[in-house]
Amino acid sequence: MKTRSATASFEKALTRTQSSNYVLRLFVTGLTPRSVRAIANIRKICEEHLHGRYTLEVVDIYQQPTLAEGEQIIAAPTLIKKLPLPLRRIIGDLSDTDKVLIGLDLRKK
Amino acid sequence: MKPVKRAPHTPDLSKCPTGIQGLDEITDGGLPRGRPTLVCGTAGCGKTLLAMEFLLRGAMEFDEPGVFLSFEETGPELTQNFRPLGFDLDGLIRRKKIAVDYVYIDRNEIQEAGDYDLEGLFLRLSHAIAQVGARRVVLDTIEALFSGLSNPAILRAELRRLFRWLKDHGLTAIITGEQGEKTLTRYGLEEYVADCVIALDHRIIEQTATRRMRIVKYRGSKHGTNEYPFLIDEHGISVLPITSLDLSHRASTERIPSGIERLDTMMGGRGYYRGSNILVSGTAGTGKTSIAAHFAQACCRRGERCLWFAFEESPEQIMRNMRSIGIDLEPWVRKGLLYFHATRPTLYGLEMHLVTMHKLTQQHRPEVVIVDPVTNFLAIGSPAESKAMLIRLVDFFKSRQITTLFTSLSAGGSGIETTDVGISSIMDTWLLLRDIENSGERNRGIYLLKSRGMAHSNQIREFQLTNNGVELLDVYLGPSGTLLTGSSRIVQDARDKAETLVRRQDIERKQREIERKRRLIEAQIAALRAEFESECEELNRTVSQEELGEKVQGQTRARLAEQRQADQPSAGKQERKS
Repeated sequence: MKTRSATASFEKALTRTQSSNYVLRLFVTGLTPRSVRAIANIRKICEEHLHGRYTLEVVDIYQQPTLAEGEQIIAAPTLIKKLPLPLRRIIGDLSDTDKVLIGLDLRKK
Repeated sequence: MKPVKRAPHTPDLSKCPTGIQGLDEITDGGLPRGRPTLVCGTAGCGKTLLAMEFLLRGAMEFDEPGVFLSFEETGPELTQNFRPLGFDLDGLIRRKKIAVDYVYIDRNEIQEAGDYDLEGLFLRLSHAIAQVGARRVVLDTIEALFSGLSNPAILRAELRRLFRWLKDHGLTAIITGEQGEKTLTRYGLEEYVADCVIALDHRIIEQTATRRMRIVKYRGSKHGTNEYPFLIDEHGISVLPITSLDLSHRASTERIPSGIERLDTMMGGRGYYRGSNILVSGTAGTGKTSIAAHFAQACCRRGERCLWFAFEESPEQIMRNMRSIGIDLEPWVRKGLLYFHATRPTLYGLEMHLVTMHKLTQQHRPEVVIVDPVTNFLAIGSPAESKAMLIRLVDFFKSRQITTLFTSLSAGGSGIETTDVGISSIMDTWLLLRDIENSGERNRGIYLLKSRGMAHSNQIREFQLTNNGVELLDVYLGPSGTLLTGSSRIVQDARDKAETLVRRQDIERKQREIERKRRLIEAQIAALRAEFESECEELNRTVSQEELGEKVQGQTRARLAEQRQADQPSAGKQERKS
């Protein structure tokens, strides 16, 4: 019984991580066409592939320049997948959905 | 038509001094202000150091804060790396003089999905610049972007924008770049940074490593075009401007004594020119160092500073040895007038020596420099290199009006003069010491082979190392005019003395003979006079006798006539009758 419950709780935990642990942060530079495109693209991808199990935060680094340094932003737009690990940066306007999915570990290369 | 006005000598290109020793000289004032400069070179050649020193000195000496955008080392790493060089990076960061931003790029983390720009980088840069009010920027090394990002088209466009941006903001920037196989930088950064390119190099030639720097291009400014050696030591970088770009040092007419009185006499009685250079060459054991020691002592006695580069003996040894010939250098060392710097020539490369000598000279500001011996340099570089180095050295000392004495060890044999030809042409005064081997012994001779701008003796002089130092001896010439030295000089001396004695005796003898003859003649004269007198006396006696006889006869005759009572006879008849 004990082992079963342990396995169950592990599997439960696993499903939880899979379901809710996508923490995404998109860094854009103001409302340039590219930024707008990136925001639209990531919203679409998230709704399609991570429905209900992600948090997405959009940061304008013009407004918070110190964040750019802290988060090691070079390119804009940059999408950072903070969780699940490993951390990954997806740069660009996210128009290449395949590559975004690879970057989010939602599709094998 | 109006005459075209020539631009004044000062270029309209404003310069940003780096504060790095020597670099400002070869760039004629510094890096182009408000423009990016590319510093490229192989790994470990000092790119980061150069860039960082540019920032640090800018912040400390020129009150120009700076931003260091590092793609390779983190802030703490940089601080650690520069602490041994005496730079307090942490303090400067705290005082908001310098901002360091470490840009982390890991290709494994990055997934490119669509169009992007490097606005993030721009933003960070401008944020850092705004924080400290930076005038200077370093990007070290921006090539990391190429390895982190895979879209070269975007990168190149963004880099072009970045450099444009730097220029627009009037920032003096250094961009470093790794050397490529055939190009200056691996990713062709030189395409974007077209104003000033400095190439650094770290080469190993014959087991000695030398760092060199070259200004590959510098738009709108004159600059030195050679490869300049540079040194990284506890005070950062110092570049050595090898040759002064022109040949225009001041020529002093002041003379300074050599420390050997009779040697001064050979040079018109007043010694060397101040600011000239003197080569003392000779085979082993001819007394080169002793002559140098005399000069050093004379210099210190005048209260001037002397810097002695010893490449063969330790200071202790030199002082001991010189004490044995009556030159005590120790008090001057203690007074701080004489400074010894002793190293093995093989310790490091030519340039390193040169840089060290530069640095020490700037530190001690001597009036006299002694390099003993300069020939040891020839052993560590090719003749051409060592000559080039010597020219640089000579130029450097001359430009500072430092009188320099080089000793030079020449190989034995007949070609003493020829071996030194390489360096002698740049020397003003050349003292040649030579062994004069004669009648089974070796003696020291000295002569002035040349001495520019002064009347000097052409006599080969013998000299001795006595308890009072170097002493030039009297000139003894043999019967055929050859210089006599050593025992043959002594023999000649003795012979001369003997001859003088004999001659004097001869004269005395002759004088005595004259006296004797005079006396003889006088005696003869006396004898003759005596004879004459006695003859005279005799004759006088005869005369008077005869006179007496005549008188008597006359009286007798008168008396007879009286008796005969004859008349007075007439003079004529009387004669006939009687």
